[in-house]
Amino acid sequence: MAQMTMIQAITHALDLELARDERVLVFGEDVGNNGGVFRATEGLQKKYGADRVFDTPLAESGIIGLANGLAIQGFRPVPEIQFFGFVFEAFDQIAGQLARTRYRSGGRYTAPVTIRSPFGGGVHTPEMHADSLEGLFVQTPGVKVVIPSNPYEAKGLLLAAIRDPDPVIFLEHMKLYRSFRQEVPEDDYTIPLGVANVVREGKDATVIAYGAMVSVAQKAAEQWSKEKGLEAEVIDLRTISPIDIDTIVKSIQKTNRAIVVQEAQRSAGAAAEIVAQINEQAIYHLEAPVLRATPPDTVYPFGMIEDEWLPTPQYVVNTLNKVMAL
Amino acid sequence: MSQAVAQYEPPYVQVLDENGNVTNPDLLPSLSDEQLRELMKRMVFTRIWDQRAIKLSRQGRLGFYAPVAGQEASMIGCEFATQKEDFLLPGYRDIPQCYFHGYPLHQLFLYSRGHQLGGKVPEGVNCMLPQIIIGAQIVQTPGVALAFKLRGEKRVAITFTGDGGTSQGDFYEGMNFAGAMNLPAVFFVQNNQYAISVPREMQTHAKTLAQKAVAAGIPGIQVDGMDVLAVYRVTHEAVERARAGEGPAMIEAVTFRYGPHTMSGDDPTRYRTKETQEEWERKDPLIRFRKYLEGKGLWSESEEQAYIEEAKEIVNQALKQADEAEKMAVADLIDTMFAEPTPTLKRQRAEITGEGAN
Repeated sequence: MAQMTMIQAITHALDLELARDERVLVFGEDVGNNGGVFRATEGLQKKYGADRVFDTPLAESGIIGLANGLAIQGFRPVPEIQFFGFVFEAFDQIAGQLARTRYRSGGRYTAPVTIRSPFGGGVHTPEMHADSLEGLFVQTPGVKVVIPSNPYEAKGLLLAAIRDPDPVIFLEHMKLYRSFRQEVPEDDYTIPLGVANVVREGKDATVIAYGAMVSVAQKAAEQWSKEKGLEAEVIDLRTISPIDIDTIVKSIQKTNRAIVVQEAQRSAGAAAEIVAQINEQAIYHLEAPVLRATPPDTVYPFGMIEDEWLPTPQYVVNTLNKVMAL
Repeated sequence: MSQAVAQYEPPYVQVLDENGNVTNPDLLPSLSDEQLRELMKRMVFTRIWDQRAIKLSRQGRLGFYAPVAGQEASMIGCEFATQKEDFLLPGYRDIPQCYFHGYPLHQLFLYSRGHQLGGKVPEGVNCMLPQIIIGAQIVQTPGVALAFKLRGEKRVAITFTGDGGTSQGDFYEGMNFAGAMNLPAVFFVQNNQYAISVPREMQTHAKTLAQKAVAAGIPGIQVDGMDVLAVYRVTHEAVERARAGEGPAMIEAVTFRYGPHTMSGDDPTRYRTKETQEEWERKDPLIRFRKYLEGKGLWSESEEQAYIEEAKEIVNQALKQADEAEKMAVADLIDTMFAEPTPTLKRQRAEITGEGAN
């Protein structure tokens, strides 16, 4: 056992998988000699050589195209997009190609590619670095989308993602990279994709969150408990495509009320899909509509006003109070 | 302001002129009589198939089809220069290269009709299915080539696009990646003068498309795309150079499509003059190669007629086989999204089939 930050847990997972499976290749901009702009690939090129861990020219479409070509030849590429705001450059190679490989070839070719990419607000990055664009891929058939919220799960989910026979987008929240340490076992373990985790038990309302919003939701639940004596059950979705609706429904059967908290704008992210699936499968268990606690539908904010734009624990408490009053 | 535009004249390669005379004997590829006849047969087959496909498309018996008449030398010559273990990344017009590389004809017909089986390339056939997004195949080519390099396999990835495709960002990125990583890849551009209605001059101010290789630091060669021997010669050199670990190259084959862009309602008389059409018809790759072979006593009118009948029969058989393909079911489509359907997809599948619904 070791105390690790999320970034160390990610490096550790890549290290394990590079050692275990020689088909695994790690590449992107500055991931080789430099060890990544966040040190996520630190030391890996030295350990595994430049054939396994390497830098690429600065072109996102080229990077994912490279992954697609390697994948149809039997490799297991783990490319990196330096910041997920740059994903638009590679949109065709992900949504138009990678996601469709198995389907359009009737299973003849597959694309076991894991795209790693940092995103997320609260660290005052320049434009197009922090945007939450996961919703674009929730709407893309053929890819899974994973967003870990802590070091332990980052490792287990990343190992599961790389071993998955289909494409996975693995989004790493920048604010979570080094914000805390956690016990992370050195051994090989995976956390299944598509399975949510109840991180706080409660009986009065369900809070569904992912990424950095999990800790915001947990803080809000503590505050709500102190202020109102009400207990929120907090679910960390972990995988936002496909959504683990069964865990959500089970919780709502107990609490009869729910809110979804996300860092993406109201019309983006995964919240609308979560609400729709709840409506389809748990409407008779609901005492009130499911509300969303999200930033407004603006472009991602300028750095100086970021903290006011992002959902806070107080905002989540307010939303919980609102859903109780309905 | 001084003229700061880089001057670069890529080599232009021709072996046969319009009358089938050898203009450049030094460049005559060393092909056996049998190989020469095979090249002719393949071009005849492609012309017959194209005529038939156009008719079938009009009758509604084929779906999406992009005509190839005029481009036979370009398509047949370059594929002939590859080995079976080399991997093709075709665009949507590159059906002849796919077929001659082993992609079964009935599956290519199914691809045209919009059947999933059309894209299920048989194991051992080294070909990707045709790409619709212009340029997407070009950024995937370095990935395939890198796989060969990492495994130490002496194989080459070859990809195709048109003149319009050279304006895409992916065209540049793909060549540049292959160059930077010194990969065994060949980028084959079929400049057929028009991207639907837009003439090649409107794509770029560059005098040739071959010179675009300069931006990637790789060799760029322009070849007479109506001359099958020149296309073969140039591609063979590029492929073997790549195989030897000497890096990628780009080839521009200057050619022409006699028909419309696709069978989806394009009318080339709206943007091409009769004179242009006739000028290119005089350069017909079949005529010039037929003259060359007849001159060597390797081809005759009766032989061609016999082969045309054979080609028609191959097409008929493939059509029959395509007709026999099982109908698709939406549930099967769901099952091919992932190795294992997600719970969400399982629910949707149950809704459709009524089996195990919850």
